[in-house]
Amino acid sequence: MKDNTVILSGRGVTKVFGFGANKTVAVDHVDFTFRKGEIISIVGESGSGKTTLAKMLLGLVSPTEGEIYFDGELRDIRTHKKKREYWKNIQAIFQDPFSSYNIFRKVDAVLLDCIRMRGGGNLPYDEKLEMMKRACSFVNLKFEELTNKYPFELSGGQQQRLMIARIFLLSPKILLADEPTSMIDACSRATILDMLMGLRNDIGMTPIFITHDIGLAYYVSDTVYIMEHGRFVESGTADQVILNPKEAYTRRLLSDVPKLHEEWDLSTV
Amino acid sequence: MKHLLRQTFRSGKFLVGFVIFMTILLTVLIYPLFVKDPPLGIISRGTFLAPGIYVNVYDSMNSSPRYTLILEGAASRRVAGKLGDDDRQAMQEWLVAKGVPEDSIDIADTAGLIALWESNFDPSLRLPGMTNADRNYYIRLTASLEGLLATEDAVVAAANPETGALEEIGVITQTDYVNVGEVPNSRLFVLGTDNFGRDVLTELVSATGVSLIIGFVAGIVATTIGLILGLVSGYIGGLVDDIIVFITNLFTVIPTFVLLILISFSIGQEQRGAFTIAVVIGVTSWVWTTRAVRAQVVSLRNRDHVNLSKLSGHSVAYILAMDILPYIASYVVMALILQISSAILAEAGLSILGLGPRTTEVPTLGLMMRWGLIYQAHVLNYWWAIFPVILVIALITFSLNLMNTGLDQVFNPALRE
Repeated sequence: MKDNTVILSGRGVTKVFGFGANKTVAVDHVDFTFRKGEIISIVGESGSGKTTLAKMLLGLVSPTEGEIYFDGELRDIRTHKKKREYWKNIQAIFQDPFSSYNIFRKVDAVLLDCIRMRGGGNLPYDEKLEMMKRACSFVNLKFEELTNKYPFELSGGQQQRLMIARIFLLSPKILLADEPTSMIDACSRATILDMLMGLRNDIGMTPIFITHDIGLAYYVSDTVYIMEHGRFVESGTADQVILNPKEAYTRRLLSDVPKLHEEWDLSTV
Repeated sequence: MKHLLRQTFRSGKFLVGFVIFMTILLTVLIYPLFVKDPPLGIISRGTFLAPGIYVNVYDSMNSSPRYTLILEGAASRRVAGKLGDDDRQAMQEWLVAKGVPEDSIDIADTAGLIALWESNFDPSLRLPGMTNADRNYYIRLTASLEGLLATEDAVVAAANPETGALEEIGVITQTDYVNVGEVPNSRLFVLGTDNFGRDVLTELVSATGVSLIIGFVAGIVATTIGLILGLVSGYIGGLVDDIIVFITNLFTVIPTFVLLILISFSIGQEQRGAFTIAVVIGVTSWVWTTRAVRAQVVSLRNRDHVNLSKLSGHSVAYILAMDILPYIASYVVMALILQISSAILAEAGLSILGLGPRTTEVPTLGLMMRWGLIYQAHVLNYWWAIFPVILVIALITFSLNLMNTGLDQVFNPALRE
């Protein structure tokens, strides 16, 4: 799966909100190199800037400073057309499935958007239907039960699975999963992660997990970036970072993970 | 959608407002089907006829068959109708002021009072403390006393077309009555007539219709401008946002009504139709909609579903129409309702100042109030020319505001009782 081609990298990527006295540096000169096929986790607390970084990677927020390189070239998303091209390659799963869908559009509309995005807008409806069915069965959803339903009528896990069905149809090169499992229960969480892993193997995409859950990062990823106050304080392979943490911040994050067999030490929180 | 409708009509406030508004609207729509008179058609020569049934005097004389009824107390009722207690008191006051001893006046004795009056009253005499209006009143009173106690019949004469001399063509006895239904020309003025002798009710219904149209057009114009500016400003942000917010703030600090007066004045009387006024009102009142819509859009533009829509490759126009607009639609509808009601009030305010639509084509509620004020209906107690107009304006704005708060309850569950 892994090769050494760099798919996404950044130099000095910075995002500053506001100016003057209200200035907040959300992301502070971060450098990163994401290789194709690698599973990456960016771990940090709330407010550490990881979601802002994810939005910059997605092109939803433009960086104040710094360059982002995609597929070896400087990313150019200045026009809507170029953005559309870029978004064929990079997609996202958001944290809260309940707020991720437009409540006025039905499930089929969401999936048809993806088919259109892949250039299948002019296909006969039967073929589109077949594609939607295939995508739904991939995530263990029954398409027949979903048509004419609104996404908010589904459960949280079903909604997140629908999100994965979207990714299945779009098959992007990079998937940014911003806390994809933090809003759903532990059972669905494993299913979702397994599906994402399966998808990664099927279409050869590079998943980037944005999470505060260092356990999850260890469970899934090859490379882990630890983020604190808008900076990467530590990075390396999952084993390196999590089994031999060098930074105090990483050690604190690790000690905050609740363990079943011992008392949770609240004094460090 | 069905659920939302059911929720809407479950709100008591909305229901009451809706019923009032629909009653007014249906009256405006249905009334012209039955009464086909032009709303500005002048019917009577007299001004400010009080509400009631009016019978054409000429046609009532020629109605046949004639009935001879001897109604008990007919003469005393006629006398009472023309010479009321107030009039008797006034006559006594005048006579006392002239110098007639008070004990010689018996105001209950009609014949005696009239005799005393006719021998003493002098219209040219100015008594101390008597105003011009008082003098006119006494002159009118004297005229109405003429023939009041006559017992003989009235002779109807007409000029002979050949000789030109008057010839008796009939006699109307005091026992002649005519059925109102048989008089070919009788009219019911439910709300009387106005200063020009126009039927107030017909005029009012037509004016309500025009005012509603003005409100609706102005509301649509204001909401459209406000919505577009708010959407663009809130969603696109950056320099565009700064410019629009600057303009909006500029308009916020200029009092809208002053602006409205200046614009109306500079358009000129001849160019001011109802539609022009509606557009002018709309163009000056978009500010609050813009601010409110912008605030809503700013809070929506970073939501995940908008991001997802972007990632699905939708254009800005599509996102605004499908991902932003439906979320603020309820708010926009409520803003529209408020805009309609305030536009109706603004039109009334402008028209009272004489800056409303030009007066020759259509009546509006504001114009009716203006006419009533100019001809002093409120001072002279012609309540029918001005009070129903005020009531209709109040009811329209009241019902619209009730619907607005009702909708607020539907869309915002936290406000439900």
